[in-house]
Amino acid sequence: MTLNRRLFLAGSVASLSAAGALGGASRALAAARKDLNIGIRLEPPHLDPTAGAAAAIGEIVYANVFEGLTRIDRDGAVKPALAESWTISDDGKTYTFKLRSGVTYHDGAPFDASVAKFNLDRARAPDSVNPQKSLFAPIEAAEAVDPATLKVTLKQPAGNFLFGLGWPAAVMLAPATAADAKTKPVGTGPFKFANWTKGASVELVRAEKYWGSPVKLDKAAFKVISDPSASFAALMAGDVDAFPIYPAPENLDQFRADPRFKVVIGNTEGKTIMALNNGRKPFDDIRVRRALCHAVDRKTVIDGAMFGIAKPIGSHFAPQDAGYVDLTGKYPYDPAKAKSLLKESGVPEGTKLRLVLPPPDYARRSGQIIAAQLKAVGLDVELVPMEWAQWLSDVFKGKNFDMTIISHVEPLDLDIYARDDYYFDYKSQAYKAIYAELTATTDQAKRIELYKKAQEQIAEDAVNVFLFMLPKSGVWSADLQGLWENAPIPVNDLTEVSWKA
Amino acid sequence: MSAGSEPLSISPGDCWASRAFRHPSFLAGAAITIMIAFMAALSLVWTPWDPTAIDIPSKLQGASPQHWLGTDQFGRDVLSMIMRGAVASMAVSILAVGLGAGLGVPLGLLAAQTRGFADHAIMRASDFVFAFPALLVAIMLREVFGPGWINAAVAIGVFNVPVFARVAYGAALPLWTRDFVLAARVAGKGPSRITLEHILPNMVSLVIVQATIQLSLGVLAEAALSYVGLGIQPPAPSWGRMLNEAQTFMALAPRLALLPGFAIIFTVLGLNLLGDGLRDVLDPRLARER
Amino acid sequence: MLTFALRRLLALALTLAVASAVVFVVMEVLPGDPAQVMLGTEARPDTLAALREKLGLNQPAPERYLAWVTGLVRGDLGMSYTYATPVTELVRDRLAVSLPLALMALALTTAIAIPLGAWAAARRNSVVDLGIMGATQVGVAVPNFWFAMLLALLFAITLRWLPAGGFPGWSGGLWSGVRALILPAVALALPQASILARVMRSSLLDTLSDDYVRTARAKGLTEGQALRRHALRNALIPVLTIMGLQFSFLLAGTVIIENVFYLPGLGRLVFQAINQRDLAVVKSVVMLLVASVIIVNFIVDLTYAAVDPRLRRRA
Repeated sequence: MTLNRRLFLAGSVASLSAAGALGGASRALAAARKDLNIGIRLEPPHLDPTAGAAAAIGEIVYANVFEGLTRIDRDGAVKPALAESWTISDDGKTYTFKLRSGVTYHDGAPFDASVAKFNLDRARAPDSVNPQKSLFAPIEAAEAVDPATLKVTLKQPAGNFLFGLGWPAAVMLAPATAADAKTKPVGTGPFKFANWTKGASVELVRAEKYWGSPVKLDKAAFKVISDPSASFAALMAGDVDAFPIYPAPENLDQFRADPRFKVVIGNTEGKTIMALNNGRKPFDDIRVRRALCHAVDRKTVIDGAMFGIAKPIGSHFAPQDAGYVDLTGKYPYDPAKAKSLLKESGVPEGTKLRLVLPPPDYARRSGQIIAAQLKAVGLDVELVPMEWAQWLSDVFKGKNFDMTIISHVEPLDLDIYARDDYYFDYKSQAYKAIYAELTATTDQAKRIELYKKAQEQIAEDAVNVFLFMLPKSGVWSADLQGLWENAPIPVNDLTEVSWKA
Repeated sequence: MSAGSEPLSISPGDCWASRAFRHPSFLAGAAITIMIAFMAALSLVWTPWDPTAIDIPSKLQGASPQHWLGTDQFGRDVLSMIMRGAVASMAVSILAVGLGAGLGVPLGLLAAQTRGFADHAIMRASDFVFAFPALLVAIMLREVFGPGWINAAVAIGVFNVPVFARVAYGAALPLWTRDFVLAARVAGKGPSRITLEHILPNMVSLVIVQATIQLSLGVLAEAALSYVGLGIQPPAPSWGRMLNEAQTFMALAPRLALLPGFAIIFTVLGLNLLGDGLRDVLDPRLARER
Repeated sequence: MLTFALRRLLALALTLAVASAVVFVVMEVLPGDPAQVMLGTEARPDTLAALREKLGLNQPAPERYLAWVTGLVRGDLGMSYTYATPVTELVRDRLAVSLPLALMALALTTAIAIPLGAWAAARRNSVVDLGIMGATQVGVAVPNFWFAMLLALLFAITLRWLPAGGFPGWSGGLWSGVRALILPAVALALPQASILARVMRSSLLDTLSDDYVRTARAKGLTEGQALRRHALRNALIPVLTIMGLQFSFLLAGTVIIENVFYLPGLGRLVFQAINQRDLAVVKSVVMLLVASVIIVNFIVDLTYAAVDPRLRRRA
């Protein structure tokens, strides 16, 4: 057995490196490629980002096929897109956009202010199925002043309005083709939709005419590879050139050791937490929640579940965002203290708790490790793996859970702690006051102060057990340049991607 | 598979025990099965390590004096997990067979006893069950009732019911024309009593053979179900889930994927050999060609 | 014969009706809201309501059942919630992968199993027989998804002879399509071939002991000649029955193998649709699979009855 295993390993390592050398040599001789095969984990249900929440939709069409009035760039900043520039009235309620002229859709239809108005009205209509309808809720009216000018009036000032307009759910569809965008997306972007082999791949080709700087790729194929081990095989076998969100952190060292590949660890906005049902015993007692914070060893969770590549967090805020405070030291790992806190609050040893785990690996793996850690402080944790559909109805809507592990990927989503009916059921007047002040404040320095206060309040109340930031571990060919390192929003912007000559 | 086609009768004078000890596949199968069953039983009271104990610093170690088969990605002892995994495998397949035989055999006997409508209805119903794709049925059962080993056993057991019904029916039908049944009828015994007193004892051996075969299929099915996350739930180890978790480590630590696979093959092989052997041993007439 | 056929036809219609009711009811009790799955966590209640209305989920269940069944009868499988494409189209695309895969696996199974089984039967109780039976005994015990993992590691990752998975479609030429299906077909075929080889052997041995074969041998034919001229043809009947079962298994039961090799096949379509609560796809495809098995059984029964009149009485 041992002998066989060694031979097996030796054989695979030897041939891997030989293949690597050969691959490198043959590529150096060829001219720069113009096509790209990208691996994605989940297949989009359809291709209309204004009608579905699946991140996989934006990962294919955002910035490539569809564009919005504004766009989010690789650093998470708001940049002009179909709107060339804008002015905001002093009361913060009127936005006047100057639109880019001469922009056409892939089918030749023109883009102008009336089209933009159509899109904003469509998103906030009563029968709208926009997954981010709240982004458009502040809009009082949209008006096409002339073909190149759009005036939007808001009911109240909204600090994040321009940021929201840059999201995938706010891209601009053409009125004539909007109804068919799910299967035949027609946009204004540098790539046009070519083909979708359901269950396998979505292909884009370069559009003949584009208003912006021309792209370097002629063709891009997004290949759906849902199985983590299959994604390893696909990269190794050269079936795909890039896996921008590589699903199996345990394989990263093998890619690092291979000169054919580049491994890039970047940020996402994914705050991974173990949410506690604050409205349910025993978590209605702050001492129990704090006990759990002390009982969980983040470092071990990160090493075991994420193979060490994730950053720990101590509150609901991403370290790369302005206003971050490091609160990871607030509840140090201390099983003895956890035990005494549990005792103090009258939670008997052997109390049974259910930890619901949605499908992603980060949740399933962290869950197993955390269950073992909670066992060490006398809690009997039952792991309950659940598929998304049921998680959404049972946990998220029904609040029928004790604990669950989940990554919150919306940027700056401090509002969820001020909501009354949110799934973890946190109710704090003090926090609501901070958040109300935050929404009413436009001054950046003051906002940062309030961000800090909000984080501290959440950590003080130990609302949830804050684990780590979901990393964006990308693996791609060493000759490929221009892919995003970080993921401020979940997209694969190919506008600057090219092969080294 | 074709065991149901011929009726069995064991005359009391037959000494099957002496045949058993001369039958190589029966002996090999019995030895393997006993070994696995012993391993499963032992794992409930003793394993080298706690199979659920997570120890991240010592993850992915190779074989060593401390960990004979190394550790997995969470630093758990692979040998202990394989030992305890046998419990999940056995529990699910035994429950599935129990369910299948417990419902199927009475149904088959009833069909043979009544003929006519019940016969027809039961056989149609079993065709009906077989028309549903098994894995998809299991997945939907999980979606409705949640994952867990009992639900996995039910999902497998549902498909065992028609199997046992057919075997029982096939074995019981010809027995009804035999002299000893006619004699019992003449003596005034009712059909239900005849089934219990004369038919059932004469077909038990066939049911046992079929049960062994279904057990081995159950082990394979359990592995497949827990591979897709439908079987016994973590932290309790199961071979199928070990395979699933090992997949991304295939190139890094092939041992993690190979060992549970070997455990499955070994168990299924043992049960199949035992089943084949039992068939020959319990029915010498079937053995003639093998 | 005619009354027999009519009665069986009636039974067929009844079975299909019951099956459709079972499938529909299961869809009804599946927890989870398709609209919520499609729109995610940030969806507002009014958006969800609007989508449910668009999908027709607000109508009462009996109405939806009737609409679905009448659609099925007319050959309309409905529209996928998530893909917004007719289910018929999805099924057609997926069959372009699943059907060739099942056929390849079955061809491979037959090519391995028939000669091996015949060889073992011809040399029964010899070393050859023992070797083949031992090998098939192991082959039956191998989980096919485990075998698939090993195949991918060896032939795709290590040797790089074949793609690790995925399906390029048939537009790129026959070979590129076939290449992608080789490893999955081999993984599916190994356990099936082991089963079939064993069936072939025992079925041959059964016929060899039948009277007419004995007569043939008494006439002076050697065992090999008797096997080829008489036994083989008769022994193929149970083999064909098993092959029929295997084919329907290969068509729908390949979900796991399709996942290992990320093939866009029929099994994975249903699997994905269950997770996304695309109930329109799930119920129609499951119904399609169930109906095809039931109808094939019906045809087989009729054929048997036509050949052997004794069987007609049993219905």
